[in-house]
Amino acid sequence: MSAVSVFVPADAGALAVGAESVARAIAAQAAARNLSVSVVRNGSRGLYWLEPLVEVVIDGRRQAYGPVRERDVASLFDAGFLTRAAHPLALGPTEDIAYLRNQERLTFRRVGIIDPLSLADYLLHDGYAGLRRALELEPLVIVKAVTDSGLRGRGGAAFPTGIKWKTVADAQATQKYIVCNADEGDSGTFADRMLMEGDPCMLIEGMAIAGLAVGATKGFIYIRSEYPDAERVMRRAIDLCLAAGYLGDDILSSGRAFHLEVRRGAGAYICGEETSLLESLEGKRGQIRFKPPLPAHKGLFGQPTVVNNVISLASVPVILHQGAQFYAEYGRGRSRGTQPFQLAGNVKHGGLIEKAFGLTLGELIYDWGGGTASGRAVRTAQVGGPLGAYLPVAHFDTPLEYEAFTARSAMLGHGGVVVFDDSVDMAAMARFAMEFCAIESCGKCTPCRIGAVRGRELIEHIIAGRDVTRNLATLRDLCDTMISASLCALGGMAPFPVLSALEHFPQDFVRAGRDAA
Amino acid sequence: MTVSELERQHATTRALAEYADAPGALLPVLHAIQDALGYVPPASVDTVAERLNLSRADVHGVLSFYHDFRDAPPARHVIRLCRAEACQSMGGAALETALRKRLGLETSDHAANGSVMLVPAYCFGACACAPSATIDGILHGRLDGARLDELLHEMEILP
Repeated sequence: MSAVSVFVPADAGALAVGAESVARAIAAQAAARNLSVSVVRNGSRGLYWLEPLVEVVIDGRRQAYGPVRERDVASLFDAGFLTRAAHPLALGPTEDIAYLRNQERLTFRRVGIIDPLSLADYLLHDGYAGLRRALELEPLVIVKAVTDSGLRGRGGAAFPTGIKWKTVADAQATQKYIVCNADEGDSGTFADRMLMEGDPCMLIEGMAIAGLAVGATKGFIYIRSEYPDAERVMRRAIDLCLAAGYLGDDILSSGRAFHLEVRRGAGAYICGEETSLLESLEGKRGQIRFKPPLPAHKGLFGQPTVVNNVISLASVPVILHQGAQFYAEYGRGRSRGTQPFQLAGNVKHGGLIEKAFGLTLGELIYDWGGGTASGRAVRTAQVGGPLGAYLPVAHFDTPLEYEAFTARSAMLGHGGVVVFDDSVDMAAMARFAMEFCAIESCGKCTPCRIGAVRGRELIEHIIAGRDVTRNLATLRDLCDTMISASLCALGGMAPFPVLSALEHFPQDFVRAGRDAA
Repeated sequence: MTVSELERQHATTRALAEYADAPGALLPVLHAIQDALGYVPPASVDTVAERLNLSRADVHGVLSFYHDFRDAPPARHVIRLCRAEACQSMGGAALETALRKRLGLETSDHAANGSVMLVPAYCFGACACAPSATIDGILHGRLDGARLDELLHEMEILP
């Protein structure tokens, strides 16, 4: 009998809740029972409340079990989980789990399904079809396909990717660069990490296509140091792709070159800002640069550079393989394609949900998320990371698309949603927003460097009930200064969580003052 | 623990041999030294600066800018508890208070005997399994007081 394939994720999120000991226990039990099992370490399906999610291939279908703890493994074997799905932890066929079935996975189509470090597996699932297509096309035709797909930067700024590429393609230089921003620092986001750990070749393919499109022969992936697993997987995947001729001096015997290198960040949130990231890659303090010049004109080492987020670049192979039109058919308004939303925090069913733009925030939190993990009422959700607004339940009808969020003084950002229950103290969250900005400020501009410190102090005064009315007015004034006068989004947007908390939850600030009085 | 002069020189030389010629070499060099020694000894700053044709101020500026780099040896055990929003929504702040009490670190991030230190972290990307923390580099999610206690015993941080 051939070995039964058992999938146990090696995704960092799954490892954090015990996947490694589960994988070891499965191998040990199989050996003790003289059963032939092949344990595959896949990425995560993104159903994190079910992690560690173990899958077994039975009659050609993958059957899911979860959440599996180390101590459940013996009973799984006792119940014969390798041949029939009968066990209290059995979830049925993985593809039939509604949370997964109702998604529209384009970018995450392979994540959790393949062995991330098997090139054969990648190729079996349409891997490198986009690159092969791109090698048949003129560079400007590739750029046009990306433009026509409507893809906008998934890192948070939502700038049209095709326009950025066109600028770099048009620039004259002997050396151009593709830089992948994998400094995913926003709390509540993990899509970049999941993709790098679960389908690293797709990012490599997207970057190679970008290189062909703009005439860049060298790429860097800047990965935050908090993601050691992603870094390890990416480095190994690059070695695999280089050995197989998908990277190097002569990609697939086309005569075109593309080289890729991984660089590790060093714990600075600001390096998610593209010019700080470039400074850091150059070996300097991660202080932001004035713009202009844009990185597309003068980027890494002064050369024309495409800086794109992981998900933006990983969306490109699908666009090349299946066509711009195919991609653009998803979504609504000026938000085309799909977005991997990340549902996190105090939520019952947290995870990754890739859907076309347009789902409402409420649908995401209640229908997908199932409400809070604590069982209490939802009070607010912060969308778009630490610089994103806190939305009250009354705004949960907002569709998840760029313009609808902007209209409500909020932002979709990188697609992270952090849910809070009714025990949250919004004055404390507002103080934290300023505190975080103060800790992570690069120090280059005064509104951010000094403003964040003063902002935190003002909120502390308000919480302590000192001169509340006057300090509230000063705080709003300070926020205004930071928004209009900061050099980048850190100082320019840190006031948004503060102002949204003040607007939607003023009672928390007044109450804080009254309690102290 | 402070490393010996021989170890320090060896790690610095190796880091420079491997990375000094890469474009923008400083971060990879500093990472390699810290990966080997647990910190970047001040004595290595001169060597690195000279080899990369930078001023000592340049190197010091980079070392002090990034939260990850240390210029002194870490404690035997390093705990990084995530302080970011998703972990806060699941009781991260209360967990930190309890942990500090458990370890006797109410007023300082470092235990006086060098056994353990707390280093703040802002997001490990395990936000759907909050709250999370790393203990000696290993990430743990869905933490609560009991689970944290269990881990502290497993790692022999607590007797």
